[in-house]
Amino acid sequence: MNFHLLPPEASAVARESDWMFWSLTALSLLICGLVFLPLCWFAIKYRRGRKVDRKLTAEVAMWKIEVTWTVIPFVIAMGLFTWSADAFFRMETPPPGAIEINVVGKQWMWKLQHAEGAREINELHIPRGVPVKLTMISQDVIHDFFVPAFRMKQDVVPGRYTTECFTPIKTGRYHLFCAQYCGTTHAAMIGWVYVMEPQDYRRWLQQGSPEPLAARGEALFHTLGCSGCHGASSKIHAPPIEGVYGHLVPLETKEFVMADDKYIRDSIVLPASQIVAGYQNLMPSFKGRISEEDLMALTAYIKSIADQTPEGYPK
Amino acid sequence: MKETPPNYLDEHSVSSWLLTTDHKRIGILYLLSIVVYFAIAAVAAALMRINLLTPQGDLVLPETYNKLFTLHGVMMVWFFLIPSIPAVLGNFVIPMMIGARDVAFPKLNLLSWYLFNIGGLCALYAVICGGVDTGWTFYTPYSTTYANGHVVTMIMGVFIAGFGSILTGLNFLITIHKMRAPGMTWFRLPLFIWSLYSTSVILVLATPVLAITLLAIAVERLWGVGIFDPNLGGDPVLFQHMFWFYSHPAVYIMILPGMGVVSELITCFSRKRIFGYHFVAFSSLAIAVVGFMVWGHHMFVSSQSIYAGMVFSVLSFIVAVPSAIKIFNWTATLYKGSISYDTPMLYAFGFIGLFTIGGLTGLFLAAIAVDVHLHDTYFVIAHFHYIMVGGMVLSFMGGLHYWWPKITGRMYPEAIGRTAAIVTFIGFNLTFFPQFLLGYLGQPRRYHAYPPEFQVFHVLSTAGASILGIGYLLPLLYFLWSLKFGARAPANPWNATGLEWETASPPPRDNFEEIPIVTEDPYSYPPEPEEEAKPEPQHA
Repeated sequence: MNFHLLPPEASAVARESDWMFWSLTALSLLICGLVFLPLCWFAIKYRRGRKVDRKLTAEVAMWKIEVTWTVIPFVIAMGLFTWSADAFFRMETPPPGAIEINVVGKQWMWKLQHAEGAREINELHIPRGVPVKLTMISQDVIHDFFVPAFRMKQDVVPGRYTTECFTPIKTGRYHLFCAQYCGTTHAAMIGWVYVMEPQDYRRWLQQGSPEPLAARGEALFHTLGCSGCHGASSKIHAPPIEGVYGHLVPLETKEFVMADDKYIRDSIVLPASQIVAGYQNLMPSFKGRISEEDLMALTAYIKSIADQTPEGYPK
Repeated sequence: MKETPPNYLDEHSVSSWLLTTDHKRIGILYLLSIVVYFAIAAVAAALMRINLLTPQGDLVLPETYNKLFTLHGVMMVWFFLIPSIPAVLGNFVIPMMIGARDVAFPKLNLLSWYLFNIGGLCALYAVICGGVDTGWTFYTPYSTTYANGHVVTMIMGVFIAGFGSILTGLNFLITIHKMRAPGMTWFRLPLFIWSLYSTSVILVLATPVLAITLLAIAVERLWGVGIFDPNLGGDPVLFQHMFWFYSHPAVYIMILPGMGVVSELITCFSRKRIFGYHFVAFSSLAIAVVGFMVWGHHMFVSSQSIYAGMVFSVLSFIVAVPSAIKIFNWTATLYKGSISYDTPMLYAFGFIGLFTIGGLTGLFLAAIAVDVHLHDTYFVIAHFHYIMVGGMVLSFMGGLHYWWPKITGRMYPEAIGRTAAIVTFIGFNLTFFPQFLLGYLGQPRRYHAYPPEFQVFHVLSTAGASILGIGYLLPLLYFLWSLKFGARAPANPWNATGLEWETASPPPRDNFEEIPIVTEDPYSYPPEPEEEAKPEPQHA
């Protein structure tokens, strides 16, 4: 039986998280000592029946003692807060140049797709030393993508995208757990994360020469009939999809909205919620008719044409 | 040996119990009910621990396991911990401590007990009909859309019991405001009263939010109104905000009364005035107030905004400070005391040790960057069991031993009492300390099966749980034994201060022959117990 006392430390964040964890442990031991040693000492020295001096010396300024042991813990607490909040802020900021991988959680499996087209179930292959950004959504209940070796977790929520970033620093095979209770076989919603050398990862990605995600999205764009309205030759007055992603979109409500993953997804499943300025709501909702994986593929396609200009528009 | 006026236990008919409005009898009714609920929840825990002896979980099926932890959570939180000290010990001693003949609304008090048990039976009915597997947290959209089972029945049980809580809180607040004996000023109140006052504020303000939240689940589940399910246009994370807005303050409902009991025990068994009375009293209120503003620390990884996360993190660090103040003041109280090691004091020592560890590990979880790793693992399980069991259950046991002579008029056997306290302490640590290590290793909570490398810790934990079980069984047996064979208790077996010790054991129906007039501060213990000079509030 293999047995560990410490989990592997396989991401950049893990080192910082552990450093903080063990500092907190040391501080806790110190505080325990400061409480338990006097407690035991008093309990033994002043036990009933023992002849010791119990006369309290003249009035001590009680408020000074109270203020001391109020202020010191407060200062320590604020110091700890500053440290951990700063670290958290950096954890949550996606590093530049991250590989983007899409994650769909469903009862009770993980489905992952790489931008290059590779698709996996309950396994994630990633290269060492390269930042990874997961864009995640659930198809049913709330799940949580937890990799203890990376000291990272994030809930995977239905109806909204969440992201999780990490940079693996050590090759190996690590546990992937669902950490948010999600029903009957929650405990079986587990898998493995494989951190590989970058060249091995590239070789792995090419296996079976899969269709890139954006290309699959483009195919869906035609088979689902999106191109009938949003395509270049369409006669229907529908907003173009080229050059949209990552830009501000004006709405009928005289507001602007950033065209990010959430906006694209909402526009497909809840088209009536955000009408682009100058257009009418003609689009049928695709809610329930398209899977989360396909939505992500469509988003990847729309993202891939973010630099293009729609036909007939001035450059 | 019977006192002349008859004591409150003298009537024996069933109706004299079921229709009583005597706060002391209602306290006993609560005690009997929560022992039943505790036993059911403890059996569920035992089955889970046995199941976790092997990595593949051999004892029960996954769905059974999920129903077991739901049953354990619902029963322990709502039907044992929340009523434990307030409704049992609080009901029994609050009126006596403040020199009143009963609570402000004795009939409402009885109604609370009935509501509590209707709720409890409703929850048990849901279990008998096939159970619920949502976990005690009822997270949406699992609970509203995906879960099978009798979610609505279970929720109604908690909903109904919640009204019992609200009425109890209201009753205590008014009793403490309006029914204090002459001379019992606010700063002459025992600290137990201060802590229960703070608890009652939370009960009255937070429980209605829980009621609304549970009702919203029922409405969505029964009629498909989209509140939480995104497919119906709702927001699943909204549920977590609403749920924890109640359930985090509820944590303080579950620990503040324990702190109050420990203040009584430490002073009595070290024969010292409490160190820093005002600081201990106001730290209870501070916990109650700040405790309302930290709920989001349950949601650091829920997709809540990172800025919200930081606000909840800083407030969670702040709420640790008043708890630390209490610990320091209890320790300082022992200085130059005259300390005896009676059973209640052993539980009080156990409380301080375990609550300190529980509180310090709370700092790990308030530290938002570390919580990302520890959230929803066994670390959290271990942390809150150190607070809930190490804190609340130990202080409840301490208080029950302390007031047992007053409640029953009988002494429990001291030697075996001390043994049970020590067994409980050892068993508890062996059960829950390994879970800190498991959590750090990454074992998620609510797992029916787990990777084999975690097995050592699970086996240790299960071994500890069986010792802990003995620690619970012993008091049950010797308390029952003492009812018939225990020595007769004098009015004040501990030489304690406090008005409840001024009257006979067991007390007369109306607590006091004459309402006492209070002329002294609480905990006016003489410096040397050998002198036996017990300060008495003067009788009018």
